[in-house]
Amino acid sequence: MAPRQEIEIGLRRTEAELEAGRRARVLMKGNEAIAEAAIQAGCDAYFGYPITPQAELLEWMARRMPEVGRVFVQAESELGAINMALGAAATGARVMVSSSSPGISLMAEAMSYMAGSGTPMVLVNVMRAGPGLGGIGPSQSDYFQATKGHGHGDYRVPVLAPASIGEAMKLMATAFELAERYRTPVMLVADGILGQAMEPVELRFRTPERQAFDWALTGAAGRPARIVKSLDLDPEVLERRNLALQQKYREIARHETRWEGWQLADAEFAIVAYGTAARVARSAIARAREKGMKVGLFRPITLWPFPERELARMSRQLHGILTVELSSGQMIEDVRLAVEGRCPVAFHGRMGGLVPTPDEVLGALKALRGRVERTRTTTSHDPATEHHPGDASANGTGVRTGARRRGRG
Amino acid sequence: MTLHARSSSVETQRAAAARLVYRKPDVLIDRATHYCPGCGHGVIHRLLAEVMTDLDLPAHTIAVAPVGCAVFIYDYLDVDFVEAPHGRAPAVATGIRRVRPEAFVLTYQGDGDLAAIGTAEIVHAAARGERITAIFVNNGIYGMTGGQMAPTTLLGQRTTSSPSGRDAELMGYPIRITEMLAQLPGVTYAARGSVADAGSIGRLKVMIRRACQVQIEGGGFAIVEVLSNCPVGWGMTPQESLEHLKGSVAEAYPLGVIVDRSAPSTARPAAAAATNPEA
Repeated sequence: MAPRQEIEIGLRRTEAELEAGRRARVLMKGNEAIAEAAIQAGCDAYFGYPITPQAELLEWMARRMPEVGRVFVQAESELGAINMALGAAATGARVMVSSSSPGISLMAEAMSYMAGSGTPMVLVNVMRAGPGLGGIGPSQSDYFQATKGHGHGDYRVPVLAPASIGEAMKLMATAFELAERYRTPVMLVADGILGQAMEPVELRFRTPERQAFDWALTGAAGRPARIVKSLDLDPEVLERRNLALQQKYREIARHETRWEGWQLADAEFAIVAYGTAARVARSAIARAREKGMKVGLFRPITLWPFPERELARMSRQLHGILTVELSSGQMIEDVRLAVEGRCPVAFHGRMGGLVPTPDEVLGALKALRGRVERTRTTTSHDPATEHHPGDASANGTGVRTGARRRGRG
Repeated sequence: MTLHARSSSVETQRAAAARLVYRKPDVLIDRATHYCPGCGHGVIHRLLAEVMTDLDLPAHTIAVAPVGCAVFIYDYLDVDFVEAPHGRAPAVATGIRRVRPEAFVLTYQGDGDLAAIGTAEIVHAAARGERITAIFVNNGIYGMTGGQMAPTTLLGQRTTSSPSGRDAELMGYPIRITEMLAQLPGVTYAARGSVADAGSIGRLKVMIRRACQVQIEGGGFAIVEVLSNCPVGWGMTPQESLEHLKGSVAEAYPLGVIVDRSAPSTARPAAAAATNPEA
């Protein structure tokens, strides 16, 4: 745990000391850094329930929120926590909840209500391996849940995926900003490694400006009463509300898509990965470059909206793409939709709380290159080169060649 | 404006030719409700509106609407409202309470919402002693969805999901959740009233007023359970349903103040109060 006095450097010193403090690098655990960044971003209230591997986030909030005169409540369940958040957020407060995968499933109901009623909130998911109670190891197997699902109905929420603790701290302010600008829940997804690991971070925080909300419930003194709700039994009215929501999502996709490229300028192959998987990918890419393979990294920072146009553009110069995830392959579906068969898309992933090694990823890259070279020499389909996760080798390396029939000839 | 429960009595109405004795509170929106003929929700809404007006609460009220028949309460009471997912009103109210200490926070829930799907939320809001006022309308049935069995449904009562009557062996026993909640030290006030007749309605109004005052005075959790009727769901005429409410329903759910910890000089020990409710 990072010493508290260091964290407070940014809080109670002179401007010069404050600046020095901001530049100071301290060792912080991911969960605690995320929590402190939320506090510094002006989070008024936090509601939580203990679950591994995010318990330190709750514990940090339990100690720090009362210190700064803000609200902390340990709820009776994740249902309780997110509905407390719903109530507090409906009054215009800056509100956050956090949990890990099984808890997020419970929060799904209220996410849908908040999306439907336009209630801002930030939700952090420190993902663990599933399904069910699964395990407590790091995982990215909630990609579908975060980007396609959770609750019922036609809605989306922006999903931010940091790859380092420092980036997670930066994105907390962004998360509150997006939530309030677009009146929507926003998710920040980390995995057990980002939550549990310690990294040196700069104490640089940002507090998004407060907006005046013309929808917040504050008591109807001197104005007409306000209602924050999602219910509309008139189909025509409800469709109009849905159309407005979809318009909002198009706006978010237009203005808020974030991604990062690394060594892509001359790349013939790219790894698409986010979060911890992207860090493994970087190591693999460095080794591949040493061996003369021109490989770069395409790292989505927003999982929704997915940077599909940017990836589509990139795929025109690539011979092949390797998607690396801590899952059975979920984001790869969005990668394929973006690539539209312009180049082969292969997959490497580990499940159950395991993380791929750079060597495994390098192996998958080589397999992809071999596959591309073979399809370049023949246009005929060779079933012998098809692989599926788990059947290629004992260590779980597999190549999924989604665009194999359309490989460059 | 003076508001008395007896203002609807015939004598008072006759006297009204000379002076104004009753006026619909402004906070009660002038609109036909969606409630079925004979339903008790309208009476309860009116009592709430009267008490809130008396105590000068509407301008700083933030209320939580349930899922169930009363889901549209925000169309009838002219105060700020947030819609809660099914059963979650006490958690939603907790969030409001904690960030808006100056607000008057009100929840309004039915028996399916509060005593079935929302059991955890109501128990823990009460256990934390959240400074909120909860109105709990118990009509022993899921009215909105067509009259299915609720946890509060009486033994032997026929509903669309207990067509042969509620059988304790298969479907368990009715829950007296307000007595359960009254055990908790966080609960400052718990009472059960009824809309069965004018006298009950008058006593109910006193309970609702007390439950609101507890919050204003800085007390803990306050709840009023209201025994109400559902003529359509019960398969009765409105008159029959009120007779049933006075008879079998009030026998299963005794009326009176179950606990009042707001007045230490008069309050009885919690356990005794909970097991021996006043009639």
